[in-house]
Amino acid sequence: MSNHFEADDIPQISATFRLQWEEAQDCHVLLYPEGMVKLNPAAGEILKRCDGINSVGLIVKDLQSAFPDADLASDVYQFLDTAYDNQWIQHKSA
Amino acid sequence: MTTNGSNTSLPKPLWLLAELTYKCPLQCPYCSNPMDIARYKDELSTEEWIRVFKEARALGAVQLGFSGGEALVRKDLEILIAEANKLGFYTNLLTSGVGMDEQRIKAFKEAGLDHIQVSFQASSEELNNYIAGNNSFEHKLEMARLVKKYDYPMVLCFVLHRHNEDQVEQILKMSHALDADYVELATTQYYGWALHNRAQLIPSQAQVEAAEAVAHRYQEKYKGKMRIFYVVPDYHETRPKACMNGWGAVFLTIAPDGTALPCHAASELPGLTFPNVRDHSIDWIWTDSEDFNKFRGYGWMKEPCRDCSEKEKDFGGCRCQAYLLTGDAANADPVCSKSPHHEQMVKLVNQANSDANSNTAPLVFRNMRNSKRLTEHKWPVFSKS
Repeated sequence: MSNHFEADDIPQISATFRLQWEEAQDCHVLLYPEGMVKLNPAAGEILKRCDGINSVGLIVKDLQSAFPDADLASDVYQFLDTAYDNQWIQHKSA
Repeated sequence: MTTNGSNTSLPKPLWLLAELTYKCPLQCPYCSNPMDIARYKDELSTEEWIRVFKEARALGAVQLGFSGGEALVRKDLEILIAEANKLGFYTNLLTSGVGMDEQRIKAFKEAGLDHIQVSFQASSEELNNYIAGNNSFEHKLEMARLVKKYDYPMVLCFVLHRHNEDQVEQILKMSHALDADYVELATTQYYGWALHNRAQLIPSQAQVEAAEAVAHRYQEKYKGKMRIFYVVPDYHETRPKACMNGWGAVFLTIAPDGTALPCHAASELPGLTFPNVRDHSIDWIWTDSEDFNKFRGYGWMKEPCRDCSEKEKDFGGCRCQAYLLTGDAANADPVCSKSPHHEQMVKLVNQANSDANSNTAPLVFRNMRNSKRLTEHKWPVFSKS
């Protein structure tokens, strides 16, 4: 389902990025040296759960209960791959 | 002049560049600070800077750069970082590393600093120290290592010009050995001191092409490990860059004395009044001041920009470059081959091509003595505050 993550893996925001809610942008953003990525609502919801504590399985479960109308597991895995390839997230360091 | 009551379409100042001081222990002749740096004695106080940060943050600014001169000269830098961090800014310290030590790097971390960008003048000690005008190379290496040790993203910046353009390969190898996350191969921008030294700094076309090839090769080689930013220097291009992403669109620079500018070189433009944060709120300066609206949007444009299909891509390029090379800031940036003044750029590069091995005029180093000597006669009799 994912190139980089299994259900037991624990993702976290990479050290070179900072995730925060920006009122002026009305969205979550990823900040990095002299730059910013604006996130769409779904990306924001996923990344704010990548806290280095919850496993991907738990993140999917949590999102599923927050958004019961959507079948979102495959979307989440797909986005995590994109985020990983962009170096926004990494595996929790052991 | 400005809005019709609704601010919804007005861009927000995402980037606040705080030029804390024009004092600097280095003397780089490619500095884009204005040449009259010796005139800026009345620096904003700690409290005034904090007010600026609060007001800019309320308008939506999120990236804050501490710059100069050398920001480390300010003894209150730790306090300013802590305040900015509390406000939710992503804080960037753009520094030469001179004036920093392990204790300060640690204190900055505790204050919440997000990123330190250390600039080098070259990859060899001899050239670095010659350009910087001091023996800083070894210290910079040590600072770069400490940046890593204290878990900051490591960004190294090299400003390229004729004297170091051929070192790009060594620069990238050195950066990789230091374990840098990002390397910025910046291009000299010909404003201020750099403009004064332009004939001695502008690289030849062959140098630029060789540097670009090396940069691209290493972008592939270090993919996933180290990001390399390389941009072709303006003078060697045929289309202008979207300077500052448009006038009054994203960037807000505050000079050491509180002068607010849409970009750090704009103080060279004539006919602007330069609002000061001591007299006005950031909101007024950004939204209502005449200066920040002067080249906002597209209404000010002349031909060939006005009817150009690319105007929304590059906003007509750089206003300062247009003024400095054509005498009119509302002209198209002469980098553009559609500009009737483009020939001038071509001439400058041709000159550099034939000059490359025979630059005889000495570089004028950026320091307070040279600033006074070269600009004092032009200073206003009554300084503003």
